[in-house]
Amino acid sequence: MKSLAELKAIKDRMKDKVVLREGTGNVRVVVGMATCGIAAGARPVLNAFVEAVNKEGLTDKVTVTQTGCVGLCQLEPLVEIYEAGKEKVTYIKMTAEKAQTVVEKHLKGGNIVTEFTVAEAK
Amino acid sequence: MIRTHVLVCGGTGCTSSGSQAVQAAFTENIEAYGLSEEVKLVQTGCFGLCALGPVVIIYPEGTFYSRVTPEDVKEIVEEHLLKGRIVERLVYADTGAEEIVDKASVSLGDTAFYKTQKRIVLRNCGVIDPDSIDEYIAMDGYAALGKVLTEMTPEDVIKVVTDSGLRGRGGGGFPTGRKWALCAPNKAPQKYVVCNADEGDPGAFMDRSILEGDPHSIIEAMTICGYAIGATKGYVYVRAEYPIAVRRLQKAIDDANAYGLLGKNIFNSGFDFDLEIRLGAGAFVCGEETALMTSIEGNRGEPRPRPPYPAVKGLYNSPTVENNVETFANIPQIILNGVEWFTSMGTEKSKGTKVFALGGKIEHTGLVEIPMGTTLREIVYDIGGGIPDGKQFKAAQTGGPSGGCIPASLIDTEVDYDNLTAIGCMMGSGGLIVMDEDTCMVDMAKFFLEFTVDESCGKCTPCRVGTKRLLELLDKITDGKGTLEDIDKLENLCNYIKANSLCGLGQTAPNPVLATLKFFREEYIAHVVDKKCPAGVCKNLLSFTIDKDKCIGCGKCAKNCPVDTIVKTDYVAPGHKLASYSIEQAKCIKCGACMSGCKFGAIIKK
Repeated sequence: MKSLAELKAIKDRMKDKVVLREGTGNVRVVVGMATCGIAAGARPVLNAFVEAVNKEGLTDKVTVTQTGCVGLCQLEPLVEIYEAGKEKVTYIKMTAEKAQTVVEKHLKGGNIVTEFTVAEAK
Repeated sequence: MIRTHVLVCGGTGCTSSGSQAVQAAFTENIEAYGLSEEVKLVQTGCFGLCALGPVVIIYPEGTFYSRVTPEDVKEIVEEHLLKGRIVERLVYADTGAEEIVDKASVSLGDTAFYKTQKRIVLRNCGVIDPDSIDEYIAMDGYAALGKVLTEMTPEDVIKVVTDSGLRGRGGGGFPTGRKWALCAPNKAPQKYVVCNADEGDPGAFMDRSILEGDPHSIIEAMTICGYAIGATKGYVYVRAEYPIAVRRLQKAIDDANAYGLLGKNIFNSGFDFDLEIRLGAGAFVCGEETALMTSIEGNRGEPRPRPPYPAVKGLYNSPTVENNVETFANIPQIILNGVEWFTSMGTEKSKGTKVFALGGKIEHTGLVEIPMGTTLREIVYDIGGGIPDGKQFKAAQTGGPSGGCIPASLIDTEVDYDNLTAIGCMMGSGGLIVMDEDTCMVDMAKFFLEFTVDESCGKCTPCRVGTKRLLELLDKITDGKGTLEDIDKLENLCNYIKANSLCGLGQTAPNPVLATLKFFREEYIAHVVDKKCPAGVCKNLLSFTIDKDKCIGCGKCAKNCPVDTIVKTDYVAPGHKLASYSIEQAKCIKCGACMSGCKFGAIIKK
């Protein structure tokens, strides 16, 4: 180790790998992963979120986690986004592509993708 | 892409409760369910709640599973990792006062055990993989060393450590900054940094957990110390009884060498530092700093008189700084976060936090780190979960065989160096043994005396002979043969040994006796005058009798009795059909076998 830059490079490379354990994200992306969700294709959605959040460098801010059945089984795969001080946003019938869009527009851009939300479906 | 981390504790506590098998079961099941690409399994150091081991934490939820068996693993993988449903029956969710609405939502940080703690020294224990230098670096590891070597002069470093008010965590409480400042100006061809990891107090395992859970923090701190005092060589003296700690530390040293964080010209600063492990062979006295150095030199571990102090003539007669593991573990954090941050925690003269190993009659046996100044009541009841079986708190023993005890009347004492010294106790290295009403204080003092008699190195007479005579007096008292003069003799001898022994072992060996005499003198007097042991522990002062009206005459006690001292009488209690039994006192060996076999509570122990 000859310079601080080298040390920082290792830290940056590793930070994403341990940040999960800090639980510091203000924003929580919760994917419904009960039998209904998995059957409807929640697993690719969950993985798409994890990858996109990493790719966009949002791991400090966003925690991607899973939950059981939310109760709206016919609308699965279902994703809920919690943010401190804001109302919960529920996205329905998600796909890996939609997940990509949500990360870009909502998590990064701050704009709710209304056409995917449960409110729009009603 | 990894979305979930499964952390399995690989500390000594959980290893002995079977965490290796749990880890293996996770590896197998994660693969069987095709989750290897999404779930990462990490073995960490001690989480602290050793009583509930093996423990498993799953992030990002922070779900804390306790007492996990290999059979439970399939369910956790299938339910939690695959379907996102937390396995509630395994969740440890004791949050203290708050009512739990949803057990599944309780994460590690919410539990009463963790909430009150302040983790500086243990910050990485149970969070990172101790075998991964990269994970340590991710948690700001070696950043303090980088800062020291590129931005600070040795004088700056010493000033920061001095201003932080950090005091030696091994028990003495000597200001660390002053220790470094005393050594720094001494000129010599070779100077040394020594880390004392010869943790010998019965019931203490703070240092072991740090070495097992975060070994790089010690390497980083020792290198910083080397730079500050001008030493280029360091030794970690660790007990051979700590095989996991030794293995992880050696791996950490090898990794640091490979990264150039040890060795020549670290951070291109021109500063060289080498580190080696030396194994202790199990002598308690080698925890004493001069005996430890003698042992590193390859000689029999015996203390030598001071002065000259190690700062002038230490290891190989060269200027040496020796600090304890926990003291070192504070250093990188102080450098990174600054003096103000550190001094904001603790009391006026004791800054920062202290790690305690909780043991004895307490619900949550384990490892806790609290700010200095936390009361003993908070430690025992809030964090420790109180005394099992609704028993009364009687006293807490701190400092092991060198320490004293804090009685129930002083449970609101704020724990720091000076408060404990003021009540005739000591902080010690951090072993904290809780005792309930069933503990005999004379017997407790005897236990520690037996330990010091065994461990006295024999070099000086007050310790070698004095502790032996003390033990004989205690034996006499617990046998019911003591007199009131013996208590005075005991006290005088204690003071003599304290004043005249060569090293810390002898100087502190009488402390358990003195402290119990101070707070529990009436128990000594009960042993001597009434020939009774109030707690019902000292065998020779006990007598077992049978309540003839409760005895139904089943004869089980007589069958259990190994010395055939229980005989049938001709008394038949009203309402019973068979004659009752009685114990012939002269032949009774007080083993208690009759009592443990009696279902009718007819046997009385007094």
